[in-house]
Amino acid sequence: MQAVNQALRRVPSWVVYPLGLLPFLWLVFRGVTGDLGVDPVKEVEHSLGLTALQFILGGLVITPLRWLTGINLIRYRRAVGLVAFFYACLHLLVWLVLDIQLRWGEIWSDLVRRPYIAIGMVALLILIPLAVTSNTASIRKLGKNWVKLHRMVYVVAILGAVHFLMVVKAWPTEPLIYLALSVLLVGFRLYHLFVVRG
Amino acid sequence: MRYRNDLKWSDVTPEASWLNRRQLMAGGAAAASLLAAPRAFAAGYSTDETPNTFEEITNYNNYYEFGLGKTDPAQNAGALTTSPWSIEIGGLVDRPGTYDLADVMAMGPIEERIYRFRCVEAWSMVIPWNGFQLSHLLDKVGVQSSARYVAFETLYRPSEMRQAGNLLNWPYREGLRLDEAMNPLTLMATGLYGKPMPNQNGAPIRLVVPWKYGFKSIKSIVKISLVADEPLTTWKNSNAREYGFYSNVNPNVNHPRWSQASERRIGGGLFNSRQDTLMFNGYGEQVAQMYTGQDLTKDF
Repeated sequence: MQAVNQALRRVPSWVVYPLGLLPFLWLVFRGVTGDLGVDPVKEVEHSLGLTALQFILGGLVITPLRWLTGINLIRYRRAVGLVAFFYACLHLLVWLVLDIQLRWGEIWSDLVRRPYIAIGMVALLILIPLAVTSNTASIRKLGKNWVKLHRMVYVVAILGAVHFLMVVKAWPTEPLIYLALSVLLVGFRLYHLFVVRG
Repeated sequence: MRYRNDLKWSDVTPEASWLNRRQLMAGGAAAASLLAAPRAFAAGYSTDETPNTFEEITNYNNYYEFGLGKTDPAQNAGALTTSPWSIEIGGLVDRPGTYDLADVMAMGPIEERIYRFRCVEAWSMVIPWNGFQLSHLLDKVGVQSSARYVAFETLYRPSEMRQAGNLLNWPYREGLRLDEAMNPLTLMATGLYGKPMPNQNGAPIRLVVPWKYGFKSIKSIVKISLVADEPLTTWKNSNAREYGFYSNVNPNVNHPRWSQASERRIGGGLFNSRQDTLMFNGYGEQVAQMYTGQDLTKDF
């Protein structure tokens, strides 16, 4: 593991940003080449949301990975989180502009009446203070509170996966897998927080 | 008033063109007559909105027996054997029996009907179906006076379809009240765009009920029963809070997952594909009178 960590030391943390843009560029490429299928709006909307959830879960994997294997990816975590926030914002934007097409009356009634929309929105709102305080100055200034604040990402992971599950009819496997992963990763952290450390 | 027949004999497609419609379709030079002929035949029931392309209609399907993704049926439904095919027609009818598909298709004149199709997921298309009125079939088999509902079943064949899991309670089942089944809009569809029904769209024969959400239009039918009581329907059975027996397109009845106030027309522009959903999917003139006195917020 020492060798892996040493090799990683030569990889700067900013590489996460161009790598994180790849799913977005891939969507743009598919859009330009007309490869988004019969309903491009749904495809783009779903893809962006799923990528956001994947990066959220990716950020939650980093610490358990260190505990279990010793591989230390912690300095990439800020970028992973910000990439997740980027995709979540685009996901919301596509819903507003291309899907519901700025019908504010329906947007409001969706928020009030459709729990999965409200849940998705709450998850995104929670991400905002996390993104805003992701800089080094905030970490210094907030101290211990910063750690507490950023534990809110556990809530985001669960809400994001529930949002995914609720949008589909019946009980298909894919969103269930994401929900299971979220529960597992968050459970792992909570277990460590409350049981191991007491 | 059921419907107004504003057709004239001049509207009728010459029989020769009708019988040769597939050849007309096949010949690229005949493109003009393709547009003119079936439209005139369908006047009165068909919308004059531009139909979605064959590509769109056959690559965006909800047919859970072949997968959950919209393109899964196009990829997987090829495995389905649709010939030979027969339909068991029974229950409260005078002439029950197992009818060969060819005999069923001869029960009424095949017409082209260009219908709006509204999915409960709040997307919609315009589809040029070919089929015959279910009422003709019911007249042929003789509906007994005690029958009040019609129950339908999709093929159950796990060797060719993905019915192993318990995603839904297979086989897929649907139903209509007898007056809904007799409505001239209600179609037994056997093709689209003048071609035999593609497997992913419910080959070889499916129901089309254009004023109800798409899941009512059951695919690949093998059984039709006339019954006295409201039959079990798959989605209501799966989640009665969200899916009712009637499932009429209704922008005023709220659904927990999808706003039914508006819909996105597949193939519409990127920024302006969303449009208001019409009561009964715009077929109120033909169907609203069937529900007088019924509270459609309760009977959703």
